[in-house]
This record gives sequence, C-alpha cells and structure tokens, in this order.
Amino acid sequence: MATDTTPATAGTVTTYGVDNPAPVIEPPRARTSRTPKASRTNFELYGWLFMRLSGILLTVLVLGHLLIQLVIDGGVSRLGFAFVAGRWASPFWQAWDLVMLWLAMLHGANGLRTIINDYAERDQTRFWLKTVLYCATVWTILLGTLVIFTFDPNIR
Amino acid sequence: MSSATLEKNSSAPADAESTAAHLITVTFRIRRFNPEVSDQAVWEDFQIEMDPKERVLDALHKIKWELDGTLTFRRSCAHGICGSDAMRINGRNRLACKTLIKDINPHKPISVEPIKGLTVLKDLVVDMEPFFQAYRDVMPFLITTGNEPTRERRQSAADRERFDDTTKCILCAACTSSCPVFWNDGQYFGPAAIVGAHRFIFDSRDEGGEQRLEILNDRDGVWRCRTTFNCTEACPRGIEITKAIQEVKRALITRRF
Repeated sequence: MATDTTPATAGTVTTYGVDNPAPVIEPPRARTSRTPKASRTNFELYGWLFMRLSGILLTVLVLGHLLIQLVIDGGVSRLGFAFVAGRWASPFWQAWDLVMLWLAMLHGANGLRTIINDYAERDQTRFWLKTVLYCATVWTILLGTLVIFTFDPNIR
Repeated sequence: MSSATLEKNSSAPADAESTAAHLITVTFRIRRFNPEVSDQAVWEDFQIEMDPKERVLDALHKIKWELDGTLTFRRSCAHGICGSDAMRINGRNRLACKTLIKDINPHKPISVEPIKGLTVLKDLVVDMEPFFQAYRDVMPFLITTGNEPTRERRQSAADRERFDDTTKCILCAACTSSCPVFWNDGQYFGPAAIVGAHRFIFDSRDEGGEQRLEILNDRDGVWRCRTTFNCTEACPRGIEITKAIQEVKRALITRRF
C-alpha cells in the first residue's frame, strides 16, 4: 500500500510528502536552551570605541615606525642589532614600541574576533577559531613585552 | 454618465490597439521552491507581454493569473504601504509594487528571488517570524511612567522631527534581509529592529529609551553593524537607516561618557 502511494523520485531530487516531511529549519531568533543570554555588559561598546581610538594612535605610531626604520637616514640598510640596541637604550623608544605592540595586537585581534563572529557559521568553528586567535595574541604580546623589558645589549 | 460609458465602449478597440503597441516581451526568471515537491529551488523563466510602465507586481499577477497559478508570493495593498512584497529583483531588495519594469532593463531577463537570510517557505514567501521576533525584542511601543494624561501627550514640532525619518518604516524586511551580518548570523537584531527602536529612543514622550539602549548595547545589537549601507540602499521608503543606527551608537557612547 505504502509503496503504491510513494511517488517516484527523479534523480537526486527528494520528494516530500506525508510520509517524508520536509526538514524543519529552526528559525534564527528562536529561543532555545542554547540561545546566549543577554550579557548586560558594555564589552561591545568598549571594543568598538577601542578600535576607533587605537586606530588613530596606530596611524601615528606605525607610520612613524616605518618612516624611521625604512626611509630616514639610509633606511633599511642600517638596521641591525646595534641599531635596535641603540634605540632601546632610550625609554622613549621602549615605550613607543611597547605601546605599538599592545595596540596593534589588540586592535588586530579584536578586528579578527569580529570577522570570525561575522563569518564563522558553526558555533564550534567560531569557538576554536577564537581560541586559536586569543592564544596567538596573548603569546605574541607576552613575548614582545618580555623582549622589550629584558633586552640585553651586551648579549653574546 | 451613460454617454461617457458609450463613448468609451466605442473607442475601446482603438485603445486596445494603442496599448498593444506599447507591450514588449519581458522574461521573468523566478526562483521557484516547493517543499512538497523538491528540496531544491530552481529558476523558472516566464515570457509575458507587458507594458514597461507597469510594475513587477503586475507582471507577477499576470503570471499567477494567466500562466501558472502555483506561483506563490505575498502582497496586500499593492501600493508600497503594507510591506508585504519585498523581494530580490535583479539582485536588489525592492518592493515589487514600487518597481516599474522600465526601470530595471526589461530587455534582459528580470530575476525575482525571495529575500535572503530568512527561511523560504514557498517560491517568494519567506518565514518572517525571526524578523518580527527581533522587532518585538526592542519593545517598539510607548513606555511611560506615572499617571496617564487626560489629554494627548504634547510634543513640539522639533521633537517630532527628531525621529521623523524612522517613523516611515513599513516592516517590509528589505533592509534586514540585505544585511550581510544578518545573512550570516540571524541573532543580529538587524536594521529594521534598530530603526524601530530608534523611533522610540528619540521620542521625547517615551521613557523606555534606557531599556532599549541596554538591549541594543548587547552582543547582537548595534555594535555588529559594519556600516555597509546595504540597508539604506534597499529601503523602499528612503529611510537613512545606517544614519539611524549610528545615532543609536552615539547615544550609547554619550550615555556612557
């Protein structure tokens, strides 16, 4: 009986009917147990503001950095251990590089975080991409900071 | 009256001939989906004789009434007010009832699809529930405290002007379904809901602005807006949606600092 009434399927196209209902697609804003709760924090606001402010500062810091390293006074050819050692002898350049490191890393990480949020479709993908991102960011910031503060010009 | 009718009748054949001269052959390439037949959506072409000064909705009517009665789409008022017939025409979200065929190059096939980002139920009909859920979430109604006044709530012309733009929304979902952030993550409130919130946040008579700002301050609120201006471009009412979203952002920041 059932075989008689089942309509013939043509090729790969599936035929839905009473016996073979179409899959239920969960509406995007449906409230389920896995729906994230409202956080009621200002994290996104601060993130957004940070991107704008750090962007302004980074324009100065990065362009200045590139100018000094690559253009002024002989450019890239004079770069070397001695050059870096000479620069980091001054607290001003230490602070410059430290601020640039932290701002650039946090700015880039936050930008990538929003890009992952926008583009990663599955929760699992999103979670793991962000985990990798956060680990890489923390590692780079800590390592960079360590080098700036413990740099020894007399190292052999 | 009767003579006028007679006159009209006598000149009817001539009228028909002159209108027939205006007709051109237009191909409509419509995205068809019927979950009872197939889980695949397919393009189907319809060639019809249309006056290019008519609207896409008239063409859809002609197809449904004369060629294929199974074509399914929403429309109510057919005059750009009810917001039922938002669809993706030639790759842009428009109201079928406000789009003239002559304005979208009728010499090439005109593609008609359902709006994106919402589940298609059949042909051009999508499930609008997530869209309305986001709208309900921002509490789009007057919130006040204290006793109700015995007369109407007065407001100056300048105060009314502040949110005039966002009162024009007809909830057609053309903006929200043109937003790339909404396409990918339906948890984002979407432009239409933010427009609905903006309309009350900046209303001098309303006292629920704080609550709405708090809702839009969250993870899926205004901070997910990437200012791609898709919504402003798609809005059939010409609302400056991206500007409204930015005004909500500014209100959030000035509230904080």
